[in-house]
Amino acid sequence: MISWLRLMGQAFTLTGLAVATAVVLHVIAFSVIFIPVWIGIPMFVASVLWLRALANEHRRVAGRLLREEIPAPYAPLPDRPTARLTTVLGDPATWRDFGWVLANSFAGVALLAVPVGAFLAGVWYLLYPLLFALAPAGSISGHLFFETNTQLASFVTLPIGVACMALSRWLAPRVLGTYGRLTRNLLAPSERSQLQARVQQLTVSRADSNDLQATELRRIERDLHDGAQARLVAMGMTLGAADKLVEQNPAAARALLNEARDASARALNEIRDLVRGIHPPVLADRGLGDAVRALVLDTRFRAEVSVELSHRLPAPVESAAYFAVSEAVANAAKHSGAQRIWIDISHAGGRLRIVVTDDGTGGADLSAGSGLRGIERRLGAFDGVLALNSPPGGPTMVTMEIPCALSSQKISSS
Amino acid sequence: MRVVLAEDQFLLRDGLSRLLQAHEFEVVAAVDNAGDLLKALTSQQPDVAVVDIRLPPTFTDEGLQAALQARRDVQGQPVLLLSQYVEQLYARELLADGAGGVGYLLKDRVFNSDQFIDALRQVARGGTVMDPEVISKLLARSSENEPMTRLTPREREVLGLMAEGRSNAAVAGSLFITEKAVAKHINSIFAKLDLPPSGDDHRRVLAVLAYLNG
Repeated sequence: MISWLRLMGQAFTLTGLAVATAVVLHVIAFSVIFIPVWIGIPMFVASVLWLRALANEHRRVAGRLLREEIPAPYAPLPDRPTARLTTVLGDPATWRDFGWVLANSFAGVALLAVPVGAFLAGVWYLLYPLLFALAPAGSISGHLFFETNTQLASFVTLPIGVACMALSRWLAPRVLGTYGRLTRNLLAPSERSQLQARVQQLTVSRADSNDLQATELRRIERDLHDGAQARLVAMGMTLGAADKLVEQNPAAARALLNEARDASARALNEIRDLVRGIHPPVLADRGLGDAVRALVLDTRFRAEVSVELSHRLPAPVESAAYFAVSEAVANAAKHSGAQRIWIDISHAGGRLRIVVTDDGTGGADLSAGSGLRGIERRLGAFDGVLALNSPPGGPTMVTMEIPCALSSQKISSS
Repeated sequence: MRVVLAEDQFLLRDGLSRLLQAHEFEVVAAVDNAGDLLKALTSQQPDVAVVDIRLPPTFTDEGLQAALQARRDVQGQPVLLLSQYVEQLYARELLADGAGGVGYLLKDRVFNSDQFIDALRQVARGGTVMDPEVISKLLARSSENEPMTRLTPREREVLGLMAEGRSNAAVAGSLFITEKAVAKHINSIFAKLDLPPSGDDHRRVLAVLAYLNG
């Protein structure tokens, strides 16, 4: 009953929207006339965008009817108003929208009219005896297949009303299902535009990961150059000096040798830190779970790490996931004032899922922090996604998902 | 003292062998992989083993796994692990059985041969030797945790040095206090950490454990 009434509500809304889209189509046609006078151009763009809003509403409704998501196929709009016209005209989705409006105005409305008509007739017939009693005599005797001149005779309409309602109830899910499929076929992105969107997304994520890699290499080069390499040079010089002094001044030579030993220890330390930043040893040894456990041991948080992974992850995913978690934890340490942190790592349905929660002050914003953006870019290379939930007052919850298969390598445990 | 040595790099294995022999250790086996190490440990039952964490065939943490295995097979088999990196996670796993007789040091601590030999003797005696790197990371953390907050800063310093495997005399030397004062601090630490009276060595291990798990 409730679902039927909800469907009827949607049918009425869609009928109303169909009228609105028809109006917009007229506005678009009207604006085309004015394009020679420049005013037509912004009018055209604005009305096309209006049409898109309506089409998106239809995508949403049809998506609900079919229980699937219908994505919008539009190319991103440029900021410059003058460039918008060419983008809108060049986007095949615009022309598909026009086709959809025409189909929706005729076939769509005709489809919707059946259950809506049956429902309205049902309401009329069910209310007829009441109206007959209330209205002045003789004023509403018509509009029926037969004359009803007495109150008693007016009750004849009740079974007709029930039949109409039953018909509309039977029709509503079927017709709306057909309507949903029609809308999906006309409004869902075509294979071509899906591929275009995919190429666009891959171009961006590839550029991002190239950037990331180049930055990393520059950092490594600089660290080696300023750190270990410089220390090794100094060590060589110190050893040379010690070599010269060893005969005449053994004590001074010994001091220099000590200095060289310290320098070698420092060089080792720096290389160690560098390697940790490239590929942490525990990650290589044990995989993501223990690497994250080792990571939080080095922070001031009271941490709970729960890991449900039966096998190792592919090495690149493992590394990206580790640094993403590391960044999320560093962010929490820097900004949230949190005391505790919970990290859940699991793999199900072909996706690695990591949730980092802290009990800090919240209010983290994806657009404000470069740290979270960095994670997003890192994950983007693997088609991974990041979701942030951080209401003011906390807690902050960062959820990351990366599609990937588990490798065949079992996790070694101690 | 009889030592089993496991290190896959020939130069380092050779160097360690010579260093140990120079300090009157007897190197009963020097192996280059985890399988041979386990065999040597069970057949030779050495006083102490010096083991590199990364060993063939996978070059991950075989040395650590072998050491843990050996300590399950031979209760309290003293092991000193060497590594290019020290990880708190591994330190905890080593210490988890609470039996003492473990050490975990960076490879470059070998440069300072006297301290290294001291540490090795300490491990062979059932003591606990943790790398200063592990300790310094813990110092940053443990100041916030119960029951470490009960200790005075000086007591924490003493405990840190104990965890590095220093003897009372060495602790006294590096803090510029008398050995008697060190003993007093240590007793106070035992009391504050609620450690029951038992063999002094064992209590030291427990105190260090409490510290590392703090």
